Amino acid sequence: MSEVKIKLRNVNKSFGKKIVLRNLNLDVCKGESLVVIGGSGTGKSVLIKCIQGLLTPEDGSILVDDQEVVGIDEKDKEALHSKMGMLFQGGALFDSLSVWENVAFDLLENKGYNKKDARNEAIRVLRSVGLDPDVADLSPAELSGGMQKRVGLARAIISRPEIIFFDEPTTGLDPIMADVINDLIVESVKGLGATALTITHDMASARKIADRVAMLYKGEIIWQGTVKDLDKTDNPYVVQFINGRSQGPIKTGV
Amino acid sequence: MIILIKIEKFLRRQGKPLVNFIFKVGELFIFISQTVYNCFTPPFYWRNFTRQVIDMGFYSLPVVGLTTIFAGMVIALQSYSGFASVGAESMVASVVLISVTRELAPVLSALMVAGRIGAAMAAEIGTMRVTEQIDALTTLSTNPFKYLVSPRIWAGLVVMPILVLIGDVIGIFGGYVVGVYKLGFNPANYINATLDELQALDITTGVVKAAVFGFIISLMGCYNGYKSKGGAQGVGEATTNAVVSSSILILIFNYIVTELFFSR
Repeated sequence: MSEVKIKLRNVNKSFGKKIVLRNLNLDVCKGESLVVIGGSGTGKSVLIKCIQGLLTPEDGSILVDDQEVVGIDEKDKEALHSKMGMLFQGGALFDSLSVWENVAFDLLENKGYNKKDARNEAIRVLRSVGLDPDVADLSPAELSGGMQKRVGLARAIISRPEIIFFDEPTTGLDPIMADVINDLIVESVKGLGATALTITHDMASARKIADRVAMLYKGEIIWQGTVKDLDKTDNPYVVQFINGRSQGPIKTGV
Repeated sequence: MIILIKIEKFLRRQGKPLVNFIFKVGELFIFISQTVYNCFTPPFYWRNFTRQVIDMGFYSLPVVGLTTIFAGMVIALQSYSGFASVGAESMVASVVLISVTRELAPVLSALMVAGRIGAAMAAEIGTMRVTEQIDALTTLSTNPFKYLVSPRIWAGLVVMPILVLIGDVIGIFGGYVVGVYKLGFNPANYINATLDELQALDITTGVVKAAVFGFIISLMGCYNGYKSKGGAQGVGEATTNAVVSSSILILIFNYIVTELFFSR
């Protein structure tokens, strides 16, 4: 059994009366790419935010490299984030900075790089995600959705993090661009030897990125297995979800 | 029994807004304590501070200049029309000086800057909140308080007193223009009357008020932006709340500071 990088035990999180995560248990092993699938509003984004310490669960334990994240102080949180990268669903690029400054943000603010070296490194990483150096001086608002995702990916991997989170990496992209982003994610994660945790409801993306898949439903992990297991399972929730059927045990409010 | 139930229902109805209000006040005080702590602990983001100084200071100069020059001109006209009836026209220069330095320049400049900059701060930080840019800052090992809030608070504290000093000069000049070119005062006499009346306390009051107002504008802009939620509508509400709350607090603290300086 490989070393566990992220371990969640009995995690509970609610907003008011709405319970989002319910006694959630999950392990992510070092170097593995785990994809968490589930419908909208099942708590996928909350799960990632709890692991990063952006949200605090009411109950339970979250260990990253055996360090407790729940109740972590600000200084330790900054140290924890230095080994994490994150690709946000909407890119979350800083409007007030140019593309290269976005990509090199961590190098400039935390790693002590001078502007010239940071810019060169940013351009190198932009190339690695398929973007021309010409875009380096553009503002994020001048980029298409696909280009913004690539810039977000470049920003997530530039500091060579040990753990990378991908929040709905293909949402809002056409199928071809989505496949390009999936390829880039696989290349980046394998190239860095990083542990990856992706949340998505795009099954094509999940199949391409995942070593292992877990399904989240009503705040609980109801199934997990490899991509091959995904097609063999008779779990009615998983079967309904991966086939995109409206009929089945998963009820959606319309 | 029925009366007791009605009383309980009434108290519940009144209690909910009260609990919400106490919650909001508590949230604001936690925000203030976090802000103060992060203003005095490194790292300090000079580039962000410089940008805020330029936005808040340099680009507010035309608005502050226009506001204070017309305020000075109006005070000169109003005071002349009042004092002429009792033969005290010579007091016009003194009244313009005291009104502009103690009240008009700090309060009107602060209200103008609150509308211009407080709203912009709330909109910018609010948009960063709803588009997850603040979460992105945190995941990039950067404390959003130090990166976003602290430079704005320092800029408010530094820039507003400078703006008000400039506003003082422009406002007094407005009074001079009306006094000399419309009301027919001798220019040398008007300047001498102004300088004779000039006291350090007048300037100090205005500068202290300006620093307090600068803190309020930045604090309310950042607080409302930082706590905004719910997309474009939430950002809109944050912007409105920032301007309204800072304007009200400016008027309240104007009284408090005046009381501190001039109560006997």
